[in-house]
Amino acid sequence: MSAGKLVGIVLVSHSKEVAESVAELATGLAGGGTTAPVGCAGGTPDGGLGTSAELIAAATAAVDQGAGVAVLVDLGSAVLTVKALLAEGDELPDGARLVDAPFVEGAVAAVVTASAGGDLDAVQAAATEAYDYRKV
Amino acid sequence: MLDADFFRRWLTAAAVCVDREAGRLTELDSAIGDADHGSNLQRGFAAVTAVLEKEAPQTPGAVLTLAGRQLISTVGGASGPLYGTLLRRTGKALGEDAEVTPGRFAEALRAGVAAVAQLGGAKAGDKTMLDALEPAVAALGDTTASFAAASEAAERGALATVPMQARKGRASYLGERSIGHQDPGATSSALLITTLAEVSS
Repeated sequence: MSAGKLVGIVLVSHSKEVAESVAELATGLAGGGTTAPVGCAGGTPDGGLGTSAELIAAATAAVDQGAGVAVLVDLGSAVLTVKALLAEGDELPDGARLVDAPFVEGAVAAVVTASAGGDLDAVQAAATEAYDYRKV
Repeated sequence: MLDADFFRRWLTAAAVCVDREAGRLTELDSAIGDADHGSNLQRGFAAVTAVLEKEAPQTPGAVLTLAGRQLISTVGGASGPLYGTLLRRTGKALGEDAEVTPGRFAEALRAGVAAVAQLGGAKAGDKTMLDALEPAVAALGDTTASFAAASEAAERGALATVPMQARKGRASYLGERSIGHQDPGATSSALLITTLAEVSS
């Protein structure tokens, strides 16, 4: 990892409340000491349900310390909007990456790993591994 | 030859058409989606009209890429990144020429449709916009693009989604209950291609 810089995490949900609550849960569980920067892009700018490219771009820029940004998403248009922005090449900071992970469990794993100083690959691996934890 | 003005007229006419048909699109989307397809596209295309007036891009490629960017940033639902990608990839494929032949545009549109398929991970038969767009680009031909034939193919493709079971997007959660409803995305795609035929005639 690069000198004290932490990987940023962005949570993209169709709902402002879902994104913010999951961020609160993940940072709470990662607690004690420095926590990685977590940004939220929930709902549309007017507070409705949906996905906002503008909020995603702002949130990724806000958490970018230069060590990369892991973007976790919930459903349909959140997935497609992040993919479309990444395909543009210049809309999201260098090192921003869509991470394939379950939203809540992946967010906790990502924030804990990033807060411990893990690099972007480690954060991605931890978040994606959350898929392997079967509940039944 | 098709110039920037042609593509501006197409997208402006598409905005008028989406405005007129928004109620019907939302009604279709209330059957198998989340009832916002009409209003989402209305918002997106109104923003497209506004930005094209303000920035007046001078090449076909620039008109389409700018319009696509607007759709991605303003629609708020899955149709934003999908239609945004369609227009941007088509625009990028056209490069910086001031005028393009219909055949060249057909080829670029084919690249745009392929990018949509890749982004959404869908294929024809999944009950999505591709069921209108793929027949449309197939009907366009390679050298002398026939927009009228593309329009007919897109309309037929949209109608053909009625008996299909959705395999992508929110409608796929409905399983067999998605059968019997025309797909809103295929319907709006057909509107877009039909508008193209109208503007070119």
